[in-house]
Amino acid sequence: MSLFDWFANRRKADPVQPDGRERDIADGLWTKCEACSVMSYTKDLKANQRVCSECGHHHRVFSDERIQQLIDPETWVSLNAQITPEDPLKFRDRKAYSDRIRETQAKTHLQDAVQTGVGQIDGLPVALGVMDFRFMGGSMGSVVGEKLTRLIEQGTQAQMPVVIVCASGGARMQEGMLSLMQMAKISGALERHREARLLYIPVLSHPTTGGVTASFAMLGDIILAEPKATIAFAGRRVVEQTLREKLPDDFQTAEYLLSHGFVDAIIPRTQLKSTLAQLIRLHQPTPTLATVS
Amino acid sequence: MLGYFGDFVDMATTERKPILLDFEKPLVELEDRIQQIRELAEDNAVDVSAQIHQLESRADQLRQEIFTSLTPAQRLQVARHPRRPSTLDYIQAMSDEWIELHGDRGSGTDDQALVGGIARFNGRAVVMLGNQKGRDMKDNVVRNFGMASPGGYRKALRLMQHANRFGMPIFTFIDTPGAYPGFEAEEMGQGEAIAYNLREMFALEVPILCTVIGEGGSGGALGIGVGDCLIMLEHSVYTVASPEACAAILWKDATRAPQAAEALKITAWDLKNFGILDVLLNEPIGGAHANPLKTTEILKDALQENLNRLLALAPQDLKQQRYEKFRRIGVFAEAHTVSA
Repeated sequence: MSLFDWFANRRKADPVQPDGRERDIADGLWTKCEACSVMSYTKDLKANQRVCSECGHHHRVFSDERIQQLIDPETWVSLNAQITPEDPLKFRDRKAYSDRIRETQAKTHLQDAVQTGVGQIDGLPVALGVMDFRFMGGSMGSVVGEKLTRLIEQGTQAQMPVVIVCASGGARMQEGMLSLMQMAKISGALERHREARLLYIPVLSHPTTGGVTASFAMLGDIILAEPKATIAFAGRRVVEQTLREKLPDDFQTAEYLLSHGFVDAIIPRTQLKSTLAQLIRLHQPTPTLATVS
Repeated sequence: MLGYFGDFVDMATTERKPILLDFEKPLVELEDRIQQIRELAEDNAVDVSAQIHQLESRADQLRQEIFTSLTPAQRLQVARHPRRPSTLDYIQAMSDEWIELHGDRGSGTDDQALVGGIARFNGRAVVMLGNQKGRDMKDNVVRNFGMASPGGYRKALRLMQHANRFGMPIFTFIDTPGAYPGFEAEEMGQGEAIAYNLREMFALEVPILCTVIGEGGSGGALGIGVGDCLIMLEHSVYTVASPEACAAILWKDATRAPQAAEALKITAWDLKNFGILDVLLNEPIGGAHANPLKTTEILKDALQENLNRLLALAPQDLKQQRYEKFRRIGVFAEAHTVSA
């Protein structure tokens, strides 16, 4: 077999493994950068938090890995993992929603599009929510709404800062108006957290759009974003239809939002943990002279 | 702005060529036939009053049948009917006094797609605001088809906070295809403007009554839709995404909109089932546009009744109840882990 045949066979190989799971990107030894096409050893890329060492491109990172990146080892306590989606509308588009849920759960080993819990960032306790784009585009239905609301309520009760890493296409259409109402529900919980003078920091990763942008993503005391992340309310194509001319290339990027005053800072992923720790420390009460001496 | 008052009265009292929806066709045919018979009888001096009476009651029955069995897609057509009474129509018809207030004090524009001001409602000063669609093509250009920009949502919040300061209840009227998805709207922070309203409406200590009078389009509706009492007129709809957009995304085919309208569960009855809607108001037969003054009366009574109920609550209880109302919304399963 020639080398070319070997490549051809490899390309033909079924991406679905015998156990029905799609092959994880992490199983590939090498990963090609979507931005600069440079091949990186996957292990190195993962060690660099999936940021291309060549061009700085931020590859997608899913919830498990994100939690590992941010939370001190052995301090993570997952909350409300037992909450699973239902199909209240008996929704069916080209596929039944109930089937879609089951298939996505099997493929991702997630119950829905967010993981929540408490843990420590550099020894500082936080309530952390991490959305997962693999689960139906990170869309927000009843489960995402309920888990985030409980997380924020717990943060308020325990006087903890809340951090939510956003990655979502918006409200989940398959749960209809129940999804839309989660925007209000979460915002209500954030209002109480704010009233208790506690810190809330959303981190906007690629992509953060629709109903998530129009609720908790934009309600941070301090809003951080990852470089080049798409952050939008209406999708680019929809906006283009209302406009005859071409949109600027950087339209709806983190950089665009920064220059228009809607995010506080763009933080490269490799500095995200230290920046969050710094911000949380800056919001802790200043020790008085008496307690210092 | 008083022109609107005139317009509304005009709408209710003068004959204008009706705009008919396709499913009203059998009704129109029957009414045409009645008219023909009447003319024929007059020409030939024959008494057909008995037959005409019979046909007319048949027409009433047919109208009733049609409007009580509308599909979600047909109901959407009624909700979008160009003659359907708008926010300013209702405000001016149910208020003793009304003064419109303008601007968000920041964006450098005044959004005509979201209007608001102070009214006297059964003797009490209240802030009223809502999405405003246009009456005709020219008006719709000014009103941006009822699609508000960030400046509109910020104006709404400014007026609501004003109401809070002066202890005035708030009535919002929802009637929009959605928040404007335009370039400037994105640039000026459409997402941020809506998000801010969602949170701040939970902080207000005066009663908030939200009524969907036509189209409740997604985040654009919710941006003025966080309240203590959600009211919907029978033929209005409330959607997470427009059926057209939903069909384009999920079916990859915008012509599947009627199917999407069905699947998305957008009617007042659906929302009642999900525990989202508090009050469902029946419209006169033929829809609100068939009898705007009667519809105003129905809405005004419902607003007063629910306002009385909410005014009896202390501000902290009102806030607590509002929080709990939204807190309960959602359908999910919670498997209880078996402890080892």
